[in-house]
Amino acid sequence: MPAISTSSLPDIIFMLLFFFMVTTQMRETSLRVKIKLPIATEVQKLEKKALVSFIYIGPPTNTKMYGTESRLQLNDQYATVADVPEFIALEREARNEADRNFLTTSLKVNKDTKMGVVTDVKQELRMVGAFRINYSTLKGGKKQ
Amino acid sequence: MRRAAPEINAGSMADIAFLLLIFFLVTTTMDVDSGITRRLPPPVENPDIDIKVKERNVMNILVNKNNRLLVNGEAGDISTLKEVAKKFMTPHYPDNPSYPEVEEKTIALIGTIYSSKGVISLKNDRGTSYDMYIMVQNELARAFNEIKDELSVSKFGVKVDQLTEEKRDAINEAVPVRVSEAEPENIGGN
Repeated sequence: MPAISTSSLPDIIFMLLFFFMVTTQMRETSLRVKIKLPIATEVQKLEKKALVSFIYIGPPTNTKMYGTESRLQLNDQYATVADVPEFIALEREARNEADRNFLTTSLKVNKDTKMGVVTDVKQELRMVGAFRINYSTLKGGKKQ
Repeated sequence: MRRAAPEINAGSMADIAFLLLIFFLVTTTMDVDSGITRRLPPPVENPDIDIKVKERNVMNILVNKNNRLLVNGEAGDISTLKEVAKKFMTPHYPDNPSYPEVEEKTIALIGTIYSSKGVISLKNDRGTSYDMYIMVQNELARAFNEIKDELSVSKFGVKVDQLTEEKRDAINEAVPVRVSEAEPENIGGN
């Protein structure tokens, strides 16, 4: 029996590779908080990924070291609510001048988090004029 | 005699490609970010001056720390919230004092229609869970989307998601999403 020709195998794999390269994007931050998003039905897709900055709020992944109280994560590290204005300023700085007004802040918040910290963050965002926000949710079926 | 150049061994090409593939699989994400988009109100310059909105134009929703709802002073439920909000925000003409005021609007592509001046005021406690908050926001969004769909069907014959961009903008102008997230305050203690 002749051996199966494997000469086209690299081409197949390259095709797979290109597919993944096109459909995915690079993971930018490593999460230090656990995010279990709530489910909603009336969701909109977040367009223009480059104009979105993310704020993560949730219980730390390393509960032995940091406890279970919800923490804020900006970029790659834990932060406090007072750090939000500076974070937004840096995010604006990094964008094109024409795009700055269209910057959206996506709040990725764990579903069991209390609203207190979320409200604080929202107040800070209002103060610095980052009015466009997006409550990140999973798209789910009918609730309840 | 010239020797033919030896052929490059391509046997390991597949392995190299596999390695690249696995690298991309690990370092990338495929999840589509979706969520409920809202616009925060600009900061109030002088918090002492209350902007007076007629009482009949406001629907008050309070969520306390036990995730219980108070809708217009009465205990409410998440399963009926959409219907209540939709009823409240649907424009009623002729003027009915138990519903918000209506105003006449002339919008391109739609013409003259009546638009409700109602506002939904949403207040939550610091102890409210985020899940509950999103559920309330979702129900309100659902109410607005249904009103938009109804208007769209009556004017254009199709639902909002099948409209062209200009028509969709017209619908959005006719049915403004007015959900006000009031200044935070502690209700029901922490």
